[in-house]
Amino acid sequence: MLFPDLIRLTTSSFLSYRVRSFLTGLGIAVGIAAVILLTSIGEGLHQFVLAEFSQFGTNLIGIQPGKKQTHGASVGMLGSVRPLSIEDAEALRRLPYVEYISPSVTGNAKVRAGGKTRRTIVSGVGPEMPQALRMYVQTGSFLPDDDPTQARAFVVLGAKIRQELFAGQNPLGSYLRVGGQRYRVIGVMEPKGQVLGFDLDDTVYIPAARAMELFNRAGLMEIHVTYRPSAELEQVEAGIRGILTARHGSEDFTLVPQEKALEVLGSVLDVITFAVGALGGISLLVGGVGILTIMTMAVTERTSEIGLLRALGARERQVLALFLGEAMLLSALGGLAGLALGVGIAQGLHLLFPALPVHTPWLFAVLAELSAVTIGLAAGVAPAMRAARLDPVEALHAE
Amino acid sequence: MIELSQVSRSFTVGDQQVAALRGIDLNIAAGDYVSIMGPSGSGKSTLLNLIGLLDRPSSGTYRLDGGDVTALTDEQQAKVRSEKVGFVFQAFHLVPRLTAAMNIELPLVLAGISPAERKIRVAQLLENYGLTDRADHRPDQLSGGQRQRVAIARATSMHPAVLLADEPTGNLDQATGKEVMNLLEQLVAQQVTLIVVTHDPAIGGRAKRQVRMVDGQITGEAGRSAGA
Ligand SMILES: Nc1ncnc2c1ncn2[C@@H]1O[C@H](COP(=O)(O)OP(=O)(O)OP(=O)(O)O)[C@@H](O)[C@H]1O
Ligand SMILES: [Mg+2]
Repeated sequence: MLFPDLIRLTTSSFLSYRVRSFLTGLGIAVGIAAVILLTSIGEGLHQFVLAEFSQFGTNLIGIQPGKKQTHGASVGMLGSVRPLSIEDAEALRRLPYVEYISPSVTGNAKVRAGGKTRRTIVSGVGPEMPQALRMYVQTGSFLPDDDPTQARAFVVLGAKIRQELFAGQNPLGSYLRVGGQRYRVIGVMEPKGQVLGFDLDDTVYIPAARAMELFNRAGLMEIHVTYRPSAELEQVEAGIRGILTARHGSEDFTLVPQEKALEVLGSVLDVITFAVGALGGISLLVGGVGILTIMTMAVTERTSEIGLLRALGARERQVLALFLGEAMLLSALGGLAGLALGVGIAQGLHLLFPALPVHTPWLFAVLAELSAVTIGLAAGVAPAMRAARLDPVEALHAE
Repeated sequence: MIELSQVSRSFTVGDQQVAALRGIDLNIAAGDYVSIMGPSGSGKSTLLNLIGLLDRPSSGTYRLDGGDVTALTDEQQAKVRSEKVGFVFQAFHLVPRLTAAMNIELPLVLAGISPAERKIRVAQLLENYGLTDRADHRPDQLSGGQRQRVAIARATSMHPAVLLADEPTGNLDQATGKEVMNLLEQLVAQQVTLIVVTHDPAIGGRAKRQVRMVDGQITGEAGRSAGA
């Protein structure tokens, strides 16, 4: 039997039971639509979260005080933890592939200007913070390149703080009191919006040394280091480790490379996408049971036709191919309808709720269709084998 | 061409053995026209199915065209059926969702014959059996006689050497039945071996050789008197 004839024959039986074929295909379509919809949302979320995290750049390493073991516990007993100092941060400039370094101390403090008082996030940083974290100044300038330990009392405002304390005026040159000290406003940041729930615009930036004093801290909370994209992460990490270990006498700090964090995050999100996809897969199984039922019925109904085919010279495997082909055609068409349905609903949801990110990768669509066909094949095997093994004489006389 | 020696066929029903055929010896030459008659349950259909390789004997040997076909695999049997045997049934056995033309084409499709070749053969068969204007009709749009003509056209589409007809006129009125028999007999003129099972003495009597069966055995054979 030639392949086009196989298709033609299976299509003819498919078409002669239109309503039944439609309903059976629908079972698969709903399953595929569920898988596509859920994984589209999962994948959309995945991309959204990764984009949020990687907006600070991916060749970024955070250095935090204290050595964390892989299981996350701090090893306090093995020796005292020396705080990370501004001098530590400056020492890293010796490394050839390092681009920008920004120390960081963050806390909460009262700020006051023009009679208005407000609590806000105060971020102590270095002059290279905009380049290191890809956050840019809108008006004025960022903190100047002062001697880091004796930086002048300048402040740069987040967009929201500027709006709330200096609405309708030019804040540049005005004074802002931060925790009792006067700072001169020299710049305003571009609005950045919320990143994972933190409002970056509700922040003021002052020199790190002054923030340490303000929050009464002996050391920095973190040092951000960016490196050239051409450099190997391992090489950069080794360099940083070398310098800081030499300065501290032991490795009492932890390196948190953004690249690795993104990798871990990515794989966690992949698992979530896979899990919701598997949930949708359950409904696909139900569709498979539908195909099994219909094909079993078809074999019973068409028993005498199977006998006839055998009498006309059909081999067992031709009968097998005809019934398997029918099961696969049902599931393949159902799968295609499900793809259209799933992508349609996903895009529709996105139109209705623009905040809900959706994304359907091609690979998912192809995999979904393949799994539909596979399910059809699996569901069709038992009935098709039964059809192929029927005794021709008995089959012929079945009514 | 058909040589059956000591062929028996028994069925197991529950824990009982039912002997449908008992020690059949039968030789049929190429181009013979044989009718098989006998009471209901005498084993006529069982014998026909054995000859058509749809079934296997429980014992005895069956030689077709000189070769022993008793021990063929299912696959080989299917090939022989496809190439050498045509079946016509009482109940027509047309595929209800396929048109007359597609029903006729079915054995050719199963045998993997090219679409171009099929088209020529099907058109010729439709014409031979006066079905050209019924080509696109489905079986439920055809009369009984037309259905049986489609079935005969289908049975001959692979140019079989043997045509087996099990009560081909059983579902037809007298006149149509006669018409169908004429069509089958035309094939004998083309050197096809025709074996017809029937209950109708008028139809059985037309055959050159008339085999009588009772209770799974051949009890006698009569020949049509020359010139009758
Ligand atoms: N599959 C089967 N299982 C059990 N017994 C069978 C089977 N097929 C036939 N038989 C038995 O074998 C015997 C012969 O059956 P067969 O169908 O050959 O008779 P027949 O001569 O064609 O009868 P009819 O004229 O009614 O068609 C009967 O007794 C029947 O009951
Ligand atoms: Mg019978």
